[in-house]
Amino acid sequence: MGDTFMLNGKEVEFKKDDTILDAAKRVGVEIPTLCFLKGATPTGACRMCLVEVVGGRALMTACSTPVTKGMEVITDSERVHKARKMNVELLLSSGKHDCIVCEANGCCRLQDLAYFYGIKEPRFTQTPVEELYPVEDVNPFIVRDFSRCILCGRCVQACNEVVVNRAISYGYRGSANKIVTGGDLPYNDSECVFCGQCVEVCPVGALTEKKAKGLGRPWEVEKIRTTCPYCGVGCQQWLHVKDGKIVKVTAVENAEPNQGRLCIKGRFGYDFIYSEDRLKTPLIRENGKFREASWDEALDLVAAKFKDIMEQHGPDAIAGVSCARSINEDSYQMQKLFRATFGTNNIDHCART
Amino acid sequence: MTNSFADFKKAQMIFVIGSNMTEAHPVAATFVKQAAINGAQLIVVDPRRTGLVDFANLHVPIKVGSDIAFLNGVMNVLINEDLYDKKYVESCTVGFEDLKAKVMEYPPERAAEISGVSADTIRDVARRMASVKPAMLMYTLGITEHICGVRNVLSCANMQMLLGNVGFECGGVNPLRGQNNVQGACDMGALPNVFPGYQRVDNPEARAKFAAAWSVEKLPEKPGMMIPQMLDGLLDGKVKGFYVFGENLANTEPDIRHVEKCLSSAEFLVCQDIFPTETTWFAHVILPAAAWSENDGTFTNSERRVNRVRTASKPPGDAKPNWWIFKEIAKRMGQKWKSNSARDIWDKEIAQLTPSMAGIKYARIENDGLQWPVPSEDHAGTSFLHAEGCFTCGLGALTPVDWVPPAEVPDKEYPLTLSTGRRLYHYHTRTQTGRSPGIDDLMGEETADISPIDARDRGILDGEMISVKSRRGEVNVKANVTDRMPEGMVWMAFHFREACANWLTNPAYDPTTQTAEYKACAVRIDKLK
Repeated sequence: MGDTFMLNGKEVEFKKDDTILDAAKRVGVEIPTLCFLKGATPTGACRMCLVEVVGGRALMTACSTPVTKGMEVITDSERVHKARKMNVELLLSSGKHDCIVCEANGCCRLQDLAYFYGIKEPRFTQTPVEELYPVEDVNPFIVRDFSRCILCGRCVQACNEVVVNRAISYGYRGSANKIVTGGDLPYNDSECVFCGQCVEVCPVGALTEKKAKGLGRPWEVEKIRTTCPYCGVGCQQWLHVKDGKIVKVTAVENAEPNQGRLCIKGRFGYDFIYSEDRLKTPLIRENGKFREASWDEALDLVAAKFKDIMEQHGPDAIAGVSCARSINEDSYQMQKLFRATFGTNNIDHCART
Repeated sequence: MTNSFADFKKAQMIFVIGSNMTEAHPVAATFVKQAAINGAQLIVVDPRRTGLVDFANLHVPIKVGSDIAFLNGVMNVLINEDLYDKKYVESCTVGFEDLKAKVMEYPPERAAEISGVSADTIRDVARRMASVKPAMLMYTLGITEHICGVRNVLSCANMQMLLGNVGFECGGVNPLRGQNNVQGACDMGALPNVFPGYQRVDNPEARAKFAAAWSVEKLPEKPGMMIPQMLDGLLDGKVKGFYVFGENLANTEPDIRHVEKCLSSAEFLVCQDIFPTETTWFAHVILPAAAWSENDGTFTNSERRVNRVRTASKPPGDAKPNWWIFKEIAKRMGQKWKSNSARDIWDKEIAQLTPSMAGIKYARIENDGLQWPVPSEDHAGTSFLHAEGCFTCGLGALTPVDWVPPAEVPDKEYPLTLSTGRRLYHYHTRTQTGRSPGIDDLMGEETADISPIDARDRGILDGEMISVKSRRGEVNVKANVTDRMPEGMVWMAFHFREACANWLTNPAYDPTTQTAEYKACAVRIDKLK
């Protein structure tokens, strides 16, 4: 056995550089967090992961306190829960946390914690609405509702340490604190590249997808895992689907290759499939114009024409280009059609460009 | 890629050449940026000051199309200063003496003259590259889209082998693929010379195997045509029937005027697509296809990972899965194909016929995909190739290559070099991103990116309309004056039809791959009165 410490009266092993949160998580002891973001430097900003360390004067944040040999940690004492509950109450008083109309309802860490601690009504005076920063949503994709922001800083961490786009930071001081872009400009006048990682990590309803607004509650959607249709990185996505329609796309956490990240196209470029421009029926050119046709008619014509060309000019008079965006199985079928059915190797795609 | 995306974040030394990753592969770039802010060395070789340069220890702004001269210069220093990995070169590679003789023709001073960066910078790059092991090399189309694309790639491989960097985690030669399934389309044999899994069509054993599996007597042995040859074939009558599946050739190929002439010459053109495009205008029959998320299947990413794609929505109207359409055509020509789903096609055909993917079955890739080679069902996949420098082909071939200038270089009449590529917000010919509400709001038109010096010399202000003209065409477009551009260079994308760079690009091709030189042609710019 390696070095150990005491966790809730039990001897527990820990690894080098473990924080209390890491070591506790490994043995299944849950410590609530809000601001903690995996892969980023812990900030200890939200004080939700407070634990008691025997001999310590004050409670300590589990996310940012390294474990030391022989340390005694208590995660569920009355003192701990009292402090955590008060922190939730303080956060609830800091803004407008009306779950009924909030997009994050059902998928909100603050709501979960308030529920856990049985907080029925506000204990502290609410910050007056007129003192809160107004909503910023002049861009097409992201709604920034500062009245719901708890200043946990996960978005700042994600933007600066995970996707490293360095577009947002903390601005102003004290009670005027706000998450800002350079010069406190709206997102679309700033360095923001709309990867939406800030939305992905927001634990409350402060940052939400504009396109998904009103289209479905978290419990109404089915999450289907798929692969992004854009570049060759192959990011893993969750499609949030309601009534057979994608309402939102998020990243699959802890999955290769993207490790919970997406870009603007992967996150917001999913709805081209619902465009009215889609081709919906086979079309045949007649007298310089396209007319609608049945599958049988169109396919019979294609087969007959190709047969004709093959008979007259040989199979190498047919050539085809496959699609580098469609699935493997489609490309396999097309090359099979060319080689086995037509009898030519004239099959290519945009492989080299 | 020889290696994996997971290596990017862990790499200690990263060499990026001809890759505008923050725009073309934004998520891959996040890992490189993370590595850089956590202390990895980053060298970015690119004529432009790309987004990644903001994180680089060293930016090497070589002239467009001078890659081989520059890399030969770096290798000259590695050999002359005794910085290369002798043990690796001796035990894992062949051809060192020939390579040495060739790079000795490129002392840093000569390489500097061609590439436009100083001899000291070339020495600096060589010394830095030799100081950390392994170093990871990444490239994109800045390397391949030249008439010497193959030679450019060989040069990258030469340098990495000389440094003993191939065959290790966080090393290797890593081309980032531009499209979600361009790797897969290659793997599946949508290429004129190979069956699925790169089994050559001119190999009688491979032909016999596929003929038996596909229940046909024989299969053609002569390698087929590549896209540019097909297009020219339409014009000279060699190709009568043309089948275009999900490609918008009228916008993506160089010299649009020429491409459209070819397409309009087709005796019979079938287009299978999800949208009407500039290419379907020329079709005789258009077949409506199911799109991404409208059927099940797999994509293979740049790191050779076969990932699942799943159904979320129904295709609109009568649109059908592509695999079904091909099967129906085969049926009408007398062949009965058994597989009746993408899963069947993969599990019962592709996995059976492709040794490098024999161990990949749908049941195994429910969550994270598998990286080929996966030779058996108990194999966990391969995160990097050529482990410990043991090359798949035996020994790694060091191949001497000479620099050649681009097919069209600036002159008095066309004094600037146009280079082209992709921008962050849009994807290719905008058939998809142009129809995703919101994206056009962030980027609604093309620009020609030019340097402040070229702008000043011509009295052009940022945002003014200019004409960009080559020997093949002319477009009117807004000038984007930016200090990220070097003097003498214009940069444009091909996302918007009216100002598509391909009205201007040069249909000159790499002789081996028939890849067009999208990255270099001569243009002039003029302020519009």
